[in-house]
Amino acid sequence: MADDKSNAAAYWSANVRLIAGCLIVWALVSYGFAILLRPLLSGIPVGGTDLGFWFAQQGSILTFIGIIFFYAWKMNRLDEKFGLGE
Amino acid sequence: MSQFAINVLFVGASFALYIAIAIWAKAGSTKDFYVAGGGVHPVTNGMAIGADWMSAASFISMAGLIAAGGYANSTFLMGWTGGYVLLATLLAPYLRKFGKFTVPEFIGDRFYSKNARLVAVICLIVASVTYVIGQMAGAGVAFSRFLEVDATMGLIIAAIVVFFYSVLGGMKGITYTQVAQYCVLITAYTIPAVFISLELTGNPLPPLGLFSDHSESGMPLLAKLNEVITELGFNQYTADVDNKLNMVLFTLSLMIGTAGLPHVIIRFFTVPKVADARWSAGWALVFIALLYLTAPAVASMARLNLMTTIYPDGPTAEPIQYEDRPNWIKEWEVTGLIQFEDKNDDGRIQLYNDTESFAPTAQERGWEGNELEVNRDILVLANPEIANLPGWVIGLIAAGGLAAALSTAAGLLLAISSAISHDLIKGSINPRITEKGELLAARISMSVAIIVATYLGANPPGFAAQVVALAFGIAAASLFPALMMGIFSKRVNNKGAITGMLTGLAFTLVYIFIYKGWFFIPGTNNLADIPENYVLGISPLSIGAVGAIINFAVAFIVSNATEAPPKEIQELVESVRYPKGAGTAVDH
Repeated sequence: MADDKSNAAAYWSANVRLIAGCLIVWALVSYGFAILLRPLLSGIPVGGTDLGFWFAQQGSILTFIGIIFFYAWKMNRLDEKFGLGE
Repeated sequence: MSQFAINVLFVGASFALYIAIAIWAKAGSTKDFYVAGGGVHPVTNGMAIGADWMSAASFISMAGLIAAGGYANSTFLMGWTGGYVLLATLLAPYLRKFGKFTVPEFIGDRFYSKNARLVAVICLIVASVTYVIGQMAGAGVAFSRFLEVDATMGLIIAAIVVFFYSVLGGMKGITYTQVAQYCVLITAYTIPAVFISLELTGNPLPPLGLFSDHSESGMPLLAKLNEVITELGFNQYTADVDNKLNMVLFTLSLMIGTAGLPHVIIRFFTVPKVADARWSAGWALVFIALLYLTAPAVASMARLNLMTTIYPDGPTAEPIQYEDRPNWIKEWEVTGLIQFEDKNDDGRIQLYNDTESFAPTAQERGWEGNELEVNRDILVLANPEIANLPGWVIGLIAAGGLAAALSTAAGLLLAISSAISHDLIKGSINPRITEKGELLAARISMSVAIIVATYLGANPPGFAAQVVALAFGIAAASLFPALMMGIFSKRVNNKGAITGMLTGLAFTLVYIFIYKGWFFIPGTNNLADIPENYVLGISPLSIGAVGAIINFAVAFIVSNATEAPPKEIQELVESVRYPKGAGTAVDH
């Protein structure tokens, strides 16, 4: 039982760390590149405008898809590793 | 064949398809009615979530708002997709593991309190009804144009169709119908965009066309658009915004609202395993992104096409004569959604930004005010006509717009009715209600919700996508924090969750009502809905994010000042965190 408990705790903290990592990327591309940091990226031209505009209208969405599939893939491996999958 | 006949044919054929599927997969029991037997594949489920999700706001209204606001309205694009990251990582897998039918059920069990469940029901109803108002407004616009009637009549027809459509089906009927609706709406949205992108940039893929060169001028498309509209006194399309605080809060509000809306969360109960809930969120976003990557291209291209229609010889030359206006303007004039007033009596259509800084130029050109008012909600529907595309494309977009509005309205009405019949009546008032009685209560509450939404949809507190954004703010401020804390904290107790939800909801609603009118009744607002009146420039559309922060803070403070949740609740939180032994969605 003690093993079960520490195993479960390790699984949960690994999950929380992974979520934190995903959310940092999530915030960086949307609130960062697309909004707050846009003036800093204004020097990088993309099709008649700048990189910040691209992140706001395309880049962030593509990144979000990447994050979710990465998280799903990584979590399924964690489920197996800790023996907590179905 | 006349355009009217083509529209009726397309809309009619698509509806026949949905009804046929609904009959084929008719809901037999209450469980089927709510969660479709729990056996849906992640890709199928992702597609159904996509249809559920992409409403009149995404399909009909959003591109029009982006076209008008340019970069500033990218918030809709990021907000309505970024929420899926929160859903996939913070909510969906755990709620699937919990395995109940409804969102209030989780809140009631986790916070071991009937009152918490009741408060969740109230939050859910307020958010969902606001959302349905936006849908009705959008569906009304679509019906009025394609059936060639005025906007109010269009709204009433929409209400009747939604009524028959949602009251007859349940979740099981809906899952497969929604797969069909997704296919209809995505085809309808992308086909005109492909034609237009090809025509303007030579690139058949609209998301690439957006950043390509404009074939006619050789300039980048966006640079061309900037040039044309600034000549007419408008802001640059790609201009940065001054109030970044409001832009951040608005995006945040849409994102957490996405993760707090019951009709989307409910979908994650219909997959067999926890792992599938994670994949479902990913697939849903893939299907959603197909539209969301096309929308900004549609927005900028339609804006450019509109300007070249009015100013065929360039913005510095004379605009077209009103007599020579294209047919689509005439047809939209019938609905009252395009209005022309010849202010300087020269017989031409002056479309420009009537501001102080542009006044000298306007005076020089003999213009006495902007003469063409175009409702933003019509842009996507008018798009194929503006680009002179063939009649069948117009019929297709009619069918797609209606599919979008109806699928979401149906999903929301289902969430409302299950909250009332399952959580309110069966959960609190009369636990011994029969299955038949529960279904009847569900249908009655759907009908009431439709009537309220139609009444308020006649004078909506904004364009369809803006009304929907308000609903997201409400969900963000009330439901999302309670759900997230219920999973990630063992310390938050019943008192904390209840006070948190109530303060978040009350704060957000009061702020919205002050500017938008009490209970959205026109004319009852205390302050005019203009940026000068906003606190720190935070618009009512963005306030949900602040409400959510208040909700979290209050819940933590109150919980820490009162006793910890009982041991069995802490064990429940533990069990929700691990996928092992999820089983299927169960009744009590």
